[in-house]
Amino acid sequence: MIEFVRNLRLWFAPEQVRQEGSTPDYRFSLANERTFLAWLRTALALIGGGFAVDQFLPDLRWAWRVGLALALLGAGVLCSLRAVNHWVRCEQAMRRGEDLPASRFPAVLSLVVAVVAVAMVVVVLVGWAG
Amino acid sequence: MGGVSTGGRDPGLQPERTRLAWRRTTLSSTVAAVLAVKTALHAGTSAGFVVCALCCALWLGFLWVAHHRIRALTTSPRPAALAPRHATAAVLCAVAMAVCAAVLVV
Repeated sequence: MIEFVRNLRLWFAPEQVRQEGSTPDYRFSLANERTFLAWLRTALALIGGGFAVDQFLPDLRWAWRVGLALALLGAGVLCSLRAVNHWVRCEQAMRRGEDLPASRFPAVLSLVVAVVAVAMVVVVLVGWAG
Repeated sequence: MGGVSTGGRDPGLQPERTRLAWRRTTLSSTVAAVLAVKTALHAGTSAGFVVCALCCALWLGFLWVAHHRIRALTTSPRPAALAPRHATAAVLCAVAMAVCAAVLVV
């Protein structure tokens, strides 16, 4: 958590990132940037999914609809914040010549998406029955 | 550097791939913005219109960041790394859009 706050400052201060270590091969930086963009797309898809749940499942009960939509939106926010944080950490690690940071986040996100998908299936089946 | 040809063009097409990744991401943000505008106008209230305008502004903000980066990637054969400021700006657009969505949904 403290490291996250320290990284938070780096998000806005490019000079600070450039101060330490040596500039890596530009191709590694571009690969890191593409990974960041892929995570950002995932986040945007989750946010779009939140809107879609609200718009295209109008027959659901209010609590379910809002709950699912907020879960997807929350996952989207977490995913995008984590995207920039991970990008900064990878950039720093490459400058210092360290190993890239390991992360539990992909596993957590997969589990959240799986749970939301199962919830959707249950909700749709129950909605048809009832 | 062995991987870069004499013409100055990277045979791995890294800048081009990164440019296309920005394009894909712009497309994703467009889809999210369209869904946002649909939801906001569906509500039909004046608050809905404000959120609709806000989402359009956020979309334009993202477009601006992407445009700058794409231009930087196309002009230089060895582009500099992405500035953290721009990465943060792109992410904040996505987060703000999610906040708009939460306001509309609840």
